[in-house]
Amino acid sequence: MNESFARPLVRESTIANALVATLIVTLILMIGWPLWALLSKSLQDGTGAFIGLANFRTYFSTPSMVAALVNSLWVAALTTTIVVPLAFVYAYALTRSRMPGKGLFTALALLPIFAPSLLSAISLIYLFGNQGFLKELLLGHSIYGPIGIVFAESCYCFPHAVMIIATGLRLADGRLYEVAEALGTRPSRVFFTITLPGVRYAAISAAFVVFTLVITDFGIPKVIGGQFSVLATDAYKQIVGQQNFEMGAVVGLVLLVPAILAFFVDRHIQKRQVALLSARAVPYEPKPAPGRDLALTLFCLAIASVLVAMLGMAIWASFIRYWPYNLSLTLANYEFENFEPGAWGPYLTSLKMAGLVAVLGTALIFTGAYLVEKTKVAAPLRGIAHFLAMLPMAVPGLVLGLGYVFFINTKGSPFGVLYGTLAVLVINTVAHFYTVGHITATTALKQIDPEFEAVSSSLKVPFWVTFRRVTMPISMPAILDIAVYMFVNAMTTISAVIFLYGPATKLASISVIHMDESGATAPAAAMATCIVLTAIAAKLIHLVMDKLVFERLQAWRRR
Amino acid sequence: MKSRLFQGASLCVAALSVFASAALAQTRTKLTAYTALENDQLPPFKAAIEAAVPDVEIVWVRDSTGVITARFLAEKDNPRADLVIGLAATSTLLFEKMNLLESYSPTGADKLRPAFRDGAGDYTWTGTAAILAVVCYNTVEAKKANAVAPVSWDDLTKADFKGKVVMPHPASSGTGYLQVAAWLQLMGEEKGWAFMDKLHDNVAVYTHSGSAPCVQAAKGERMVGIGFDMRGAREKTNGAPIDLIVPKEGVGWDVETTAIVKGTKNLAAAKKVADWTATKGANELFSKYSAIVAHPEVKNAPPNYPAEAEGKLVKNDFAWMAAERDRILKEWVKRYESKAQPK
Amino acid sequence: MASSQRQTEGTAGAPFVSIRSLDKFYGSFKALADINLDVARGEFVSFLGPSGCGKTTLLRAIAGLDRQSSGSIAIGGRDVSQAPPSERDFGIVFQSYALFPNLTIAENIGYGLVNRRRPRDEITARVQELLAMVGLPGQAGKYPAQLSGGQQQRVALARALATSPGLLLLDEPLSALDAQVRIRLREEIREVQKRLGVTTFMVTHDQEEALSMADRIVVMNHGVIEQIGTPEEIYRAPSTPFVADFIGRINLLPGVLREAGRVEVAERVFSCPASSDLAPGSKIEVGIRPEAIRVRGVSGNEANAVRVRIHDLEFLGAFCRALLAVEARPDLHLVADFSANLMRDLALAEGMVIPVELPVEALRLFPARSAA
Repeated sequence: MNESFARPLVRESTIANALVATLIVTLILMIGWPLWALLSKSLQDGTGAFIGLANFRTYFSTPSMVAALVNSLWVAALTTTIVVPLAFVYAYALTRSRMPGKGLFTALALLPIFAPSLLSAISLIYLFGNQGFLKELLLGHSIYGPIGIVFAESCYCFPHAVMIIATGLRLADGRLYEVAEALGTRPSRVFFTITLPGVRYAAISAAFVVFTLVITDFGIPKVIGGQFSVLATDAYKQIVGQQNFEMGAVVGLVLLVPAILAFFVDRHIQKRQVALLSARAVPYEPKPAPGRDLALTLFCLAIASVLVAMLGMAIWASFIRYWPYNLSLTLANYEFENFEPGAWGPYLTSLKMAGLVAVLGTALIFTGAYLVEKTKVAAPLRGIAHFLAMLPMAVPGLVLGLGYVFFINTKGSPFGVLYGTLAVLVINTVAHFYTVGHITATTALKQIDPEFEAVSSSLKVPFWVTFRRVTMPISMPAILDIAVYMFVNAMTTISAVIFLYGPATKLASISVIHMDESGATAPAAAMATCIVLTAIAAKLIHLVMDKLVFERLQAWRRR
Repeated sequence: MKSRLFQGASLCVAALSVFASAALAQTRTKLTAYTALENDQLPPFKAAIEAAVPDVEIVWVRDSTGVITARFLAEKDNPRADLVIGLAATSTLLFEKMNLLESYSPTGADKLRPAFRDGAGDYTWTGTAAILAVVCYNTVEAKKANAVAPVSWDDLTKADFKGKVVMPHPASSGTGYLQVAAWLQLMGEEKGWAFMDKLHDNVAVYTHSGSAPCVQAAKGERMVGIGFDMRGAREKTNGAPIDLIVPKEGVGWDVETTAIVKGTKNLAAAKKVADWTATKGANELFSKYSAIVAHPEVKNAPPNYPAEAEGKLVKNDFAWMAAERDRILKEWVKRYESKAQPK
Repeated sequence: MASSQRQTEGTAGAPFVSIRSLDKFYGSFKALADINLDVARGEFVSFLGPSGCGKTTLLRAIAGLDRQSSGSIAIGGRDVSQAPPSERDFGIVFQSYALFPNLTIAENIGYGLVNRRRPRDEITARVQELLAMVGLPGQAGKYPAQLSGGQQQRVALARALATSPGLLLLDEPLSALDAQVRIRLREEIREVQKRLGVTTFMVTHDQEEALSMADRIVVMNHGVIEQIGTPEEIYRAPSTPFVADFIGRINLLPGVLREAGRVEVAERVFSCPASSDLAPGSKIEVGIRPEAIRVRGVSGNEANAVRVRIHDLEFLGAFCRALLAVEARPDLHLVADFSANLMRDLALAEGMVIPVELPVEALRLFPARSAA
């Protein structure tokens, strides 16, 4: 028995603290330091001397830059006011009606998530461009500019808004509706007194998410913005076009303001949302109402058709020989060696990058969440690690990408060797999408009995053994969720990596931008199609694995 | 039995040769080349260079002229390129003035046309091919709009073309800058800017790349594109309903150049590549993508290329173009970017 | 063997677990205040109290899962105050079972053994032995989700005992179970504990559980120990009104101690046990348990007889709970338990006025609580 009293050479708590400290240092290098680099760059001149707010004064006294800021704000506001009500009705149909085919409609609403944002912009050019076959619908207005941006952004943001609002609507307590019915309340009054207030926070949250997504999106305005400049393209022009890093940093910080604002409003809202649903609530069961269901079905059909069209048009266009003069089908646009110096290289690089992000990112995120959530570490360390993990949520990809440029590309930076490597793309992308993975992991871990670690330590089994033997196997569905999420986003991301790729590490999404820039729209659509199909395939494999493999492997889940 | 032995042996040989080529690949010198060449030119150029100089592996960093130039300048304290290949002379002249290029005259450079050789001071750059700006004019769209084909630059300021002209942004595109510089040299500063003011009213968009305008015109997305000559010819060959028009006053042009970056760690290998660009064989490759190349004996008439173009080149002062580039671009941005929002 | 281990503090030998001046703060909230406790080897001690009283905090401090703010803990003569859980010597069972869902029953029970690099045969044999001990032979290959709650908790117990720890910690082990399973399992746990002679701490909020299982009960409230004693001591001689009220029911009447053995309640003087530590004239509370109020054979002339009106009768099966109002002071209420026999014999009914006696030996005197 004496062996069990022996004090080990290094205590578990020491190891846990050391691991969390390592995690913190990693996150600071991945997230904190680049942001600091961005901030300090905005206060320097070209030679690196501190000049205070001079760059900001230049920014706000340059009419074209202020114009881009104003453009960004109103385009984002307009998109938000269009998307949120539409998403509300769509989510309402998904959660509060007896509409047929809810699963299919949910899947269709999520389609845009699997494509790079600019795919819808490419489709719009084919649909409403000067040679688009629906051009007349625009009554002489040009799709290039705000109309196109708002339209494409609306499609791109739609799934995010639907998911958030549907979650809010699902939280409803069915009893409230039964009480209202028992009291003979009119349906319209029920809607305004129970439904709307219940989903108010979700709607506000969705509005902020949409606003932030639009204002920081780069792909769509790049493709369809024409001469209409917005903040994101301005940052690109400053950095890539003119190598004016200081002004690029200023634009980045300006972009950070609405995003951070949204982040804190959202957190505030989520805190209040928690209290809304008591543990005893009963899920709402919609009653049959043929008129309502028919109307909602038609509405969803219309929206889903638009979303499918926005995806399908680009895919179709990628097979067309010479738009608009020769509509015969061909695979020529997929012969990327004719349009792209790397030929299929960027696509393979994207696959490699996304694969690495999925594997390494998920490993880091899940292990990190475990250390923070489940091990006995000093409270301040836990707090810092959690804060750093939540930070990327408030940082648009474009801004993070800029931060990386400055972080790595500063003269004498020890990380200069990373310049243009696959490693930096992987690190940046993991950082960019860290938060959602962290939340998923934390949520899954919170559902695991908190006493597992206590039991293990009473049995003198170190926490890493329990992590490997118990926690990880139980959390496999969440781990796969995170991996697929990371993979899909790594395939489609543009805004962060556009500043970071090197000659040997060009990604498919960047290649889309470049081909479109040189006028090769059809091959750009072809490459985007490859991205979409890959992302959807990854998701399908995930679903199949969840269904088949896990039912077999995780026999213990069955009673 | 015998055949098995043979199979085994051949397998061994195959394995050895794979091993050998892998070993060779490892010993090859990687040269990073900054370039503004068209995307489709890069694979054949890489293949040709690596065939001619087997111990070299070319890694391209490609972007529009303005972008590559800005990037090169931003990295001047810590250059990442070994060579520039296919970059406008206005840019290499600027680099030369800033003392960023290695002094080296490739073997055989003296046989090239004079306009394609570094004329003044240290010899740093060698021309490969000329790039021209032409007007790509979509006849189908023109017919729909009852427009009359332009013959001069001034014609493009007519109301027929309002919102239908597209040209490259001179800050990012080499084609864009060479045409802006050409107008200023042709018409003089004052008239040149006045012309561009009027043209600006007709311009739908300033594109990032010099290829895009002719592609957009070819697809009918725009009616008129002022853009890179060879792209226009190729689109027409591919079946686009466009005419390549050379306005009567003359067209802008620039020379694509090769130069070695000062401070490269691979100077010997870079010199070999520079030597290759001056060979007749290399020029034959260039001539597949350009109508006018450096070597006087290499002639090529690409299909659908306007024959009159060579005679209509404006008189270019490269030194002026390079020296004034910054000022001209600033002025251009001030005039057209701050009021760039089309109504 | 088992009964010989029913030692209480002060008896032979040094205590196995010794807790001194233990404090625990959560911010400014004092979760444990000056806890002192000695427990002999082999004892079964129950921490009893309402939720939030600090009993679980105390158990987790002993385990090392939540470190105390100050004070010391010694187990087996070794100071473990600063030792992490893995360097203390205990097995633990939680209310939630905390079985690893992806491991079989055998893997769960052998979890701590595998890590000690014991030979496979030895582990298998030990697991079989433990399964037999908790009455689950033949279930080794199943997963936890395939067992009932009671079975799962048996597995958890087996897992906690697998490494033969010196200390067994039970954190509300039965609270998640059905009433019948609970009763059966508490007997089984007690039996296993006696057989192994393992020193055991059990946290519970269920007084019945504590009374039936523990050698000694530690009654806690607001982070302090109210009383330590055997179940009988706690029940018969609660040292505070809180303990009296928490363990069973008790009537508490405000009064004043006139002199030793005389107490005044509602302008009447009653006889009471002589109390040494309360000064005459001090405000007190007089307690009497409902079942101690005598009805049968009371003439009304006894010293502590009172006439009461039966205000309300609540039928509870084997007995009736009666709410009695003192006739002379209708605002003064007493709760009494009347057996079914008594009800029948005296034909008791609501509204009747009857004499009852508050036996002297059944009265408990407590100093009056200031706030309550």
